[in-house]
Amino acid sequence: MSHLLTISLVISALHLALPIVMPMLGGLISERSGVLNIGLEGMMLIGAFAAVLVTYFTGNPWLGLIGALISGVFSGSALALMTVTLRGDQVVASAAINLIGAGLTAALIPVIWDIDGLTPSVAKIPTIAVPFLSDLPTVGRIFRSLSLVDYGCFVLIFLVWWILFRTDAGLRLRACGESAESADAAGIPVVRTRFFAVMMSGVFGALGGAYLSIVTLDMFQASMTQGRGFLALAAMVFGKWRVWPGAAACLAFGFADAIALRAQILWRDIPHELLIALPYLLALFAMATFVGRASGPGAVGKPFTRA
Amino acid sequence: MTMNATTSPSKLAAVTADGRHARMDPEIAAQTLRADSGDDGWNRTDLLPRMIAHFQGLSGQFGTRVLTFILTIAAALVASVPMIWLAGSELWLTASALFGGALGSGPAIAETMVQMIPLLIAGLAVALAFHASLFNIGVEGQLLFGGLVTGVVGATVDLPPPLLMVVCILAGMAGGAAFALIPALLKAYRGAHEVVTTIMMNFVAIAVSEYAVAPTGPFVAADQPSATERVPEGTQLPIIWDGTRLHAGLIVALAAVAIVTWVLYRTPGGFRLRLLGANQGAARASGVSVERLTIIALLASGALAGLAGAVQVLGVYGRFYSAFSPGYGYDAIAVALLGALSPVGVVASAFFFAVLHAGSVPLQAIAGISREMVGVVSGLVVAFVAAQPAVLRLLSSLRRPAIDDDLSDLPPEPQPATAKTASTEMPS
Repeated sequence: MSHLLTISLVISALHLALPIVMPMLGGLISERSGVLNIGLEGMMLIGAFAAVLVTYFTGNPWLGLIGALISGVFSGSALALMTVTLRGDQVVASAAINLIGAGLTAALIPVIWDIDGLTPSVAKIPTIAVPFLSDLPTVGRIFRSLSLVDYGCFVLIFLVWWILFRTDAGLRLRACGESAESADAAGIPVVRTRFFAVMMSGVFGALGGAYLSIVTLDMFQASMTQGRGFLALAAMVFGKWRVWPGAAACLAFGFADAIALRAQILWRDIPHELLIALPYLLALFAMATFVGRASGPGAVGKPFTRA
Repeated sequence: MTMNATTSPSKLAAVTADGRHARMDPEIAAQTLRADSGDDGWNRTDLLPRMIAHFQGLSGQFGTRVLTFILTIAAALVASVPMIWLAGSELWLTASALFGGALGSGPAIAETMVQMIPLLIAGLAVALAFHASLFNIGVEGQLLFGGLVTGVVGATVDLPPPLLMVVCILAGMAGGAAFALIPALLKAYRGAHEVVTTIMMNFVAIAVSEYAVAPTGPFVAADQPSATERVPEGTQLPIIWDGTRLHAGLIVALAAVAIVTWVLYRTPGGFRLRLLGANQGAARASGVSVERLTIIALLASGALAGLAGAVQVLGVYGRFYSAFSPGYGYDAIAVALLGALSPVGVVASAFFFAVLHAGSVPLQAIAGISREMVGVVSGLVVAFVAAQPAVLRLLSSLRRPAIDDDLSDLPPEPQPATAKTASTEMPS
């Protein structure tokens, strides 16, 4: 066990949790505004792909990150157009985003790089050593192995919590999710708020994808998100649509992932094919055992039109 | 239902309050109620039921259905044209590669039918769950696990071949249903969204099936990596078109269509299932056990998905390969939605996707377009299906103000008769 629980396990759990935390925040923003978004997986793939594409052609991973965020604006707006503006079915529309995201990214790899399945490697976002903190014994390793994106993600978690639950704008957004009619009666522009929320969920999903492709790895691989967009939704439900519990659930999935990766090196007799399923089983277990029924914001799934 | 009851009195009050109708006219009341259950009611009901209502509204109007089907396909294909240009190919070359490859000759048509079989059965699985307002996105995992169970039973159980074939198919169905059980229980008793749970089960299914036939796995074949042992001679589904791969799975698939149609539209259970899908409150009020029916619907859907896997394993390969499904379960979502959830419609849309699948091989070889484009087209089909109610609403709202404008141009005292003729002459 002492070989398993090391500081590098913590680091790898963090690296595996953050690409689930970001889409979790996206799903949270969207659902708090009243729009169910199961299209995060597709948005992540598009973001991961855009990040590698831009990095490949510019050589600068930071531009790649910006490219991913812009792709998130587009994929989020596409879902918002279908669900908020046209009032189409939210589940079906997000399923479309998932299918298009998976198909389009896989189909574009051979078009651009003439190879199937995965792209050549590109520049990664570099890790930085925090002065002083990185010189600490044991814990110092954490501060040597994180990049600015990681710290940015921590700030984003706090920002989303603060905006959603401590500001008027957040209150308005949540009002749209609890009862669109009441929010409308109070003068809140429901359609505009929801459109913006769904668009932001696309940006967060894309950020999670870009994290996988240019922070954790240095390339894009077809279907590389491996269901993290859905794990994020499971974490959000487990956290009962709140920021910190949701992030904690993501961290738990990250640990499950990290343990699965580590265990296949340490104990060779455990079949690693089964260990890969660990985070998904944990997610199912979480949804089966959490206290109380899963009940999201009151107006989730209901499109809004003014009477 | 309850919403209408609470909103209509206020509507009636509004009518009386604005002074035009001091006396409550029963006809006006009836009109108000109709208006309430119409456009206004749309945004108050849950989403999937609305979608299902939209599909069920299409039923009976055969022409509308065919038109919607063709328009959706056309829109998706037109939207994928930029991809053809991106790949540096020509439109005509692409079309001839695709349709020539899928329908150009006898063997090509047989191969298209082979592709159609799993898409059809898996599409039925998705459609069946959709009728109960359940989005079974886990068909891929259920299909994979059903195929694994079929392969393992076929390779290990000692029975005379024809009997073994039946046992294999039933085992595959049971395997598919087993993989739908956990999401079904979580949905019924914990309210966990089935989309998330069934997706989780997909990844579990991939892990389990890769483990089963891994180099050290318990069921791996001695002569073939990532596969189970071949099923005994005579256990495979027989070939029904000599010289091609077309197997009796086609008959199984069409039988499944007939059975699902009969169950959905001709049995009390099917009626309750559709009632649950259309209006859960009404279903509960009329004595349906929502929990039980939810579980049954997801298990039946899983069993169909398992059947798709079993038929593919027994009909095409004669053994289970861990990579035997190129995402049939995900394409099945598009198949079901494009078919407007009707079993017969699913046959038509499964054929369309089979053409795409069968044509994608020559498409890659001749036009240099990746096979993954099939996934893009199915995504676009789903997107356009999601937009269908909105488009229909848009069309009707475009038509209505046009008539109003026309009426305002009429002389001061608009006779009902002239208004009517104006509205019928109006569409230009």
